Amino acid sequence: MTEIEPELSLDLLRAGDRNELARLVEAYSPSIYRLASRMLGNAQDAEDVLQTTFLKVFKALADFEGRSSLSTWIYRIAANEALMMMRRKQPAYSLDEEVEDEEGGTYQPKEMADWSALPEAQLLDVEAQKQLDRAIQTLPAKLRSVFLLRDVEGLSIRETAEALSLTETNVKTRLLRARLFLREQLSAYYTEKMALEK
Amino acid sequence: MIHTHENGITCQDLLLNLSSYIDGDLEESMCEELKRHMEGCQNCRVVFDTTTRTIYLYQSRIERDEIPPEVRERLYSKLNLDDFLKTKA
Ligand SMILES: [Zn+2]
Repeated sequence: MTEIEPELSLDLLRAGDRNELARLVEAYSPSIYRLASRMLGNAQDAEDVLQTTFLKVFKALADFEGRSSLSTWIYRIAANEALMMMRRKQPAYSLDEEVEDEEGGTYQPKEMADWSALPEAQLLDVEAQKQLDRAIQTLPAKLRSVFLLRDVEGLSIRETAEALSLTETNVKTRLLRARLFLREQLSAYYTEKMALEK
Repeated sequence: MIHTHENGITCQDLLLNLSSYIDGDLEESMCEELKRHMEGCQNCRVVFDTTTRTIYLYQSRIERDEIPPEVRERLYSKLNLDDFLKTKA
């Protein structure tokens, strides 16, 4: 979840104060690494995105106008880097085609078992954790970025929209789809798990 | 009261408002409608419960992710901030 935004001095950052820059890196690198690893599903790519993000942040700080919060601005740079990395890795794969933002094709839940009361130790055991990781990697990238920023990093709808250059309506539509998609995946898995243990 | 039982919402309405409901973004009257629908609709209750659980599980799972020490070291080195590495464990 989001850490409390640390008190950083923009003036010092813009002046290139090394101590302040180090504080910025300390404050945001865990979130950015988390976002990049989950977006890309690969440690090496995540590290590349982490480094490029901060190099760009350092370079662009002078031009940062403070129209969005510093954290949203950093997430925006990181999300762009991660999406560019995906395009480089899978040039044939079009990020634009995979999601339509219309409400069309209204989603119908299929898995109806109630696993929500299973004990947490079981919901998050080693095997289940792997399943969670697999499921999020099968989520289309455009939905994944929204889900990670909003539900995992705790950005608001507006901040998520700013970070991804989307409208708030688009964010809401994608968020609903992402949540329902993951729910479906986890439901299928936990239903089978419950059946096996009977 | 404005709402009537006859004009109750449908499962599809619930689905479309599910995210906003979870985020607490809906008007009080709409929340009441959704709650009342779920009292009488097992499927929607399951979808709601398992969706909130799904979000919670991802939060707990990913929150535990940490930046490996060697990744952190290489980042600081790349940014010419090596001398600040020891300031925080
Ligand atoms: Zn229903």
